Amino acid sequence: MTDQAERSYAPPSLQLPLSGDTALDPPAEWEELRARCPVAHATLPSGDTAVYLTRYDDVRALLSDPRFVRPTERDNAARVAPEGMGGAAVTGSAAVSIPDRGAPHQRWRRRVGRYFTAKRMTALRPGMTRLAEDLIDAMLADGAPADLRASLGFPFPVYVICDLLGVPAEDRERFSHWSDSFLSVTRYTADEIRTAQQEFVAYMSGHVAAKRAEPADDLLSTLIAESETEVGEGSEGSDGGGLSHDELVATGMGLLVAGHETTANMIGKMVSMLLCDRSRWERLLADPSLVRSAVEESLRFDTNLGFGLRRYIGEDVEIGGHVVPAGSTVVCSMPAANRDERAFDGADTMDLARTPNPHLTFGVGPHSCLGQALARTELQVVLETLLTRVPTLRLAVPADELRRTEGLLVGGLREVPVRW
Amino acid sequence: MKLTVDQDKCCGAGACVLSAPEVFDQRDEDGIVTLLTSEPAPEQHAAVHEAAAVCPTAAIHVTETD
Repeated sequence: MTDQAERSYAPPSLQLPLSGDTALDPPAEWEELRARCPVAHATLPSGDTAVYLTRYDDVRALLSDPRFVRPTERDNAARVAPEGMGGAAVTGSAAVSIPDRGAPHQRWRRRVGRYFTAKRMTALRPGMTRLAEDLIDAMLADGAPADLRASLGFPFPVYVICDLLGVPAEDRERFSHWSDSFLSVTRYTADEIRTAQQEFVAYMSGHVAAKRAEPADDLLSTLIAESETEVGEGSEGSDGGGLSHDELVATGMGLLVAGHETTANMIGKMVSMLLCDRSRWERLLADPSLVRSAVEESLRFDTNLGFGLRRYIGEDVEIGGHVVPAGSTVVCSMPAANRDERAFDGADTMDLARTPNPHLTFGVGPHSCLGQALARTELQVVLETLLTRVPTLRLAVPADELRRTEGLLVGGLREVPVRW
Repeated sequence: MKLTVDQDKCCGAGACVLSAPEVFDQRDEDGIVTLLTSEPAPEQHAAVHEAAAVCPTAAIHVTETD
């Protein structure tokens, strides 16, 4: 594709988020944009404009560039959500204060990342399998049809992350609302978001204080214990020693939100993608050793990932032969990049045995998803357990009737009706 | 095959350990990658190539020796 041809194509009023004809289909615009306008301008729900990237190499290069990070309120970046409707994850508000860039970020990342190593997640597998079996048994006992999202997809990762953080899973209705408001693009009003944010901070602050008073065997208790021994040795909080109280609260909130919607949504989407063409499900039944690569391919093939990752461009940068000026906000569409034929042979085919599968669903670079080993393990356990326990599983509605979640930073399905 | 890793680049995602647990490990204290062997056996080569391809920070370098 020549530069000339790219310039001659101006997509008419590109408005994010884009969506496909059905919940599982890619938006038609992606292919056109990758081919003819890989560095496009798009309008966000706020009305602000951002640069929109859809090619694999461009998305990968930008996300890997340590100069550029997710915008916060301090940056003069394009806003995603209309005034007042954006939750903290969308606006980058200072209410959550995890160190977000440079050396302090790397220090935070390593301190927390040690709890999410592949080996630790593998050690959690037997417990996860029992949990999946219990949830599936309850779903089967209630009889078909069932909503797999409500019965399994949502509670499974929520129980796992609550257990890791040592917070009671009985509070999950409240967490769920707080998590949604945290991720709101257009769903909630300013008042609802402010209230939820205050309640969430108060809850987590109380939880951190309670763990400080009575430590238990969980991630937050361990982080607190480390922080108490180290804060005095470094300068303060994020600079040299352990985590400050506010950082512990923000860490708890961030992990709870990250452990909520994303994997819950992915379970529903993965099962829907595997059942909408049931030969995929049957292939896995015939060869369960494909579970690992099928999970990766589901992550790659998912079109419904939400907004994509944003980066604030503090200095001019060349992307795919175009200069993007300092002050721009770039939205990287990982799912568009994951369907790029330049990076994946037969990108529009779901190949359950695809290896290697360097999809960008968890992001790449120094800020790529901290909990990816957890998410992978959860998805593998859920899929394995479903194949064993409910081999006759099928969708209870035509795939084109599945409905998307809307108004949040992350995408998913509102329900996943199944029979067996 | 000769294998090196860049620990400064590593972000502790653990994708390498999930791909090739006989070759890669993560340090308990910070989740950063370590090598169990820098010269993996031939039957590990495919998994090592996969680990290098899926590493989110391109911290794994493979040199073919023969």
